[in-house]
Amino acid sequence: MSEVVEKNVVETKREPLFSKKNRKLITDPLNDNNPITVQVLGICSALAITVKLKPAVVMALSVLFVLGVGNVVISLLRNFIPNRIRIIVQLVVVASLVILVDQVLKAYVYDVSKQLSVFVGLIITNCIIMGRFEAFALGNTPWKSFLDGVGNAFGYGIILIIVAFFRELLGNGTLFDFHVIPESWMISNGGFYANNGLMLLPPMALIVVAIIIWVQRSRNTKLIENN
Amino acid sequence: MNVNSNGYTFGFAGVMVILVAAILSFTAISLKDRQKKNIDLEIKQNILRSIGVQVERSEADKAFDDYIKRSLVVKNNQPVEGIDALSVNLADEIKKRPEDRLNPLFVAEKEGQKFYIIPLRGKGLWGPIWGYIALMDDIETVYGVTFDHKSETPGLGAEINTAGFQSQFRNKKIMRSGEFVSIEVRKGDASGDHQVNGISGGTITSVGVDAMLRDILANYVEFLKSGNI
Repeated sequence: MSEVVEKNVVETKREPLFSKKNRKLITDPLNDNNPITVQVLGICSALAITVKLKPAVVMALSVLFVLGVGNVVISLLRNFIPNRIRIIVQLVVVASLVILVDQVLKAYVYDVSKQLSVFVGLIITNCIIMGRFEAFALGNTPWKSFLDGVGNAFGYGIILIIVAFFRELLGNGTLFDFHVIPESWMISNGGFYANNGLMLLPPMALIVVAIIIWVQRSRNTKLIENN
Repeated sequence: MNVNSNGYTFGFAGVMVILVAAILSFTAISLKDRQKKNIDLEIKQNILRSIGVQVERSEADKAFDDYIKRSLVVKNNQPVEGIDALSVNLADEIKKRPEDRLNPLFVAEKEGQKFYIIPLRGKGLWGPIWGYIALMDDIETVYGVTFDHKSETPGLGAEINTAGFQSQFRNKKIMRSGEFVSIEVRKGDASGDHQVNGISGGTITSVGVDAMLRDILANYVEFLKSGNI
């Protein structure tokens, strides 16, 4: 949904909106400042919903919407929010957005809402969302906050999808529930291959994330601390 | 204006709460009918799926009227008049004592064969599980089952809603020489007439399915045997 919003804005006022600095808001969280692998936020949902690809994609899209819109709302309100209750205000904004989305999905695209059901609560508690509200939207203009929200949601989504890809492929032999590893290879059908059940359990999500961090750090020298 | 004064803080919180409450309740009320319709259609779809009829959600209403010839509610082995079987909320019923429960039952006809469809509901690991079981005319052979769940673990307990698990139930029997024995969801060999294989890694959900079948079906056995349907 937020992708549509983004395109409309791009078409109406083009040039100054995508200055180098603004582009960096989107690209930075994809690699140099990835919320999961560099800031190590949002690990909880990376564990919980990466057993299969489909929920991971749905989760990534939902976070994209909530973070994009929520960042704009918080940014618009940033001069009016009393400092002492700002965390509560942020929570109210996330929670109401999530409930709104959930209600609309239930009424119009019931199947998607069934996929999402368990994860709605997880979106509200996702530390990346509160983190971006607090660290960015409270101090920046709406457009910048929107870019930051979208960028971080992409950074989060990419890792989620990579982890889910490996877990579903190696743990279940499927991708998006399609069998990619032929059934005739399975030991139960007289073959030589067995799915690794450990991949379905939470510890393997952490190990896969750790491997991603390892690969990322060895390729991206900016991330290596010099001490 | 000082946005950090006590008065402003209270005012802001008050306005915010009222505004958000208004928006959310407006959305919830205006979408309620559509949501209810979706849920009702899904129930009909699931009932039909237990006798092997797959329909789109939009066609569920019509197909339901075509296949389901009768629906009734049974209480303490006697039919109860004046209650719509679709409106019975099993979540409330399973908390009651067996003799006080309202037990909905659907009688379907497909290709000249008669089926008895019984709605199921029980507990999984993280939340409720439910489903429908269709018995053949002999009231002991299972024709088909469907299961679903609210929040079982994907890839483990959640596998109860896959065809692989559900197809095992076909042609299993819930009675042994006239006595109700249910169908056991077990580990290891499950070649017997009254056994199916549980899900590895989903033990608690499998046990939940086992308990659900035993608990719910027991309430129907006497009524079905009495033959006054």
